[in-house]
Amino acid sequence: MVIQALVFWLFAIVLVAAGAMVVTARNPVHSVLFLILAFFNAAGLFVLLGAEFLAMILVVVYVGAVAVLFLFVVMMLDVDFVQLREGFLRYLPIGTLIGLVLLAELVLVFGAWITAPDIAAAITAPTPAVARVPNTVALGALLYTRYVYVFQAAGVILLIAMIGAIVLTLRRREDVRRQQAGVQHGRLRGETIELIKVPPGQGI
Amino acid sequence: MLEIGLSHYLTLASILFTLGIFGIFLNRKNVIVILMSIELMLLAVNINFVAFSAFLNDLVGQVFAMFVLTVAAAEAAIGLAIVVVYFRNRGTIEVEDINLMKG
Repeated sequence: MVIQALVFWLFAIVLVAAGAMVVTARNPVHSVLFLILAFFNAAGLFVLLGAEFLAMILVVVYVGAVAVLFLFVVMMLDVDFVQLREGFLRYLPIGTLIGLVLLAELVLVFGAWITAPDIAAAITAPTPAVARVPNTVALGALLYTRYVYVFQAAGVILLIAMIGAIVLTLRRREDVRRQQAGVQHGRLRGETIELIKVPPGQGI
Repeated sequence: MLEIGLSHYLTLASILFTLGIFGIFLNRKNVIVILMSIELMLLAVNINFVAFSAFLNDLVGQVFAMFVLTVAAAEAAIGLAIVVVYFRNRGTIEVEDINLMKG
């Protein structure tokens, strides 16, 4: 129990510190790296909560795909990030004010959370004992039966996102000479080759 | 202090969510950091989902956390594609310059 609490505090403190660094870091590359640190710590918290599959998915999807995508874009775009930070301090007071108000409200709501005693009757998919059914198996059994249509819809969303990203960023550059296979195949011998009979000793 | 309950996780998630909003206010010009702040907020929502799932002994929360993850990945891909296209056309990603459709 003590070790669990210590691990929770470790992950939670590093997570909040990394999140704070994401929004305040001077260099966006550092922001992305702190975002990766935050995702790793959140994955640790998920493991602590018994959601191993989600923890691994978080590492694979967020760290492996989304954060690397961010890193690509940050490093690929030649942006003057110093200029983008102008007005950073101008919005600091109002941002702090709104953040503190929101945080106070959220903590007031969540900090005093009490679960209703008859909640057990409302639970639709109780978690099976981990010793009997692993988390991944239980999640799969639920996902592929009751939530199969939502699962398919999630797949369609990813497909649309993929096609959309490709359509948005694909462009035909006009200043590049590229192969035109149709024109190549459509050439006729008579159009391209001319036979000239050269008399000997005279030239053309 | 040593007894970790549901409210600990919920407080952590609300701190993270607030950090995301704070980031949007702070980096009003840099659209990439705004996207990262949105990712932080979605992560806070996921922590909420998983914490409730664990403490109420209900697996549905984890299923929905997975769907949130899906949407977050799709959103990041589309958002970054838009940023790349915008940078290609205008040479800047300053949010305040994006006012062509304002009329």
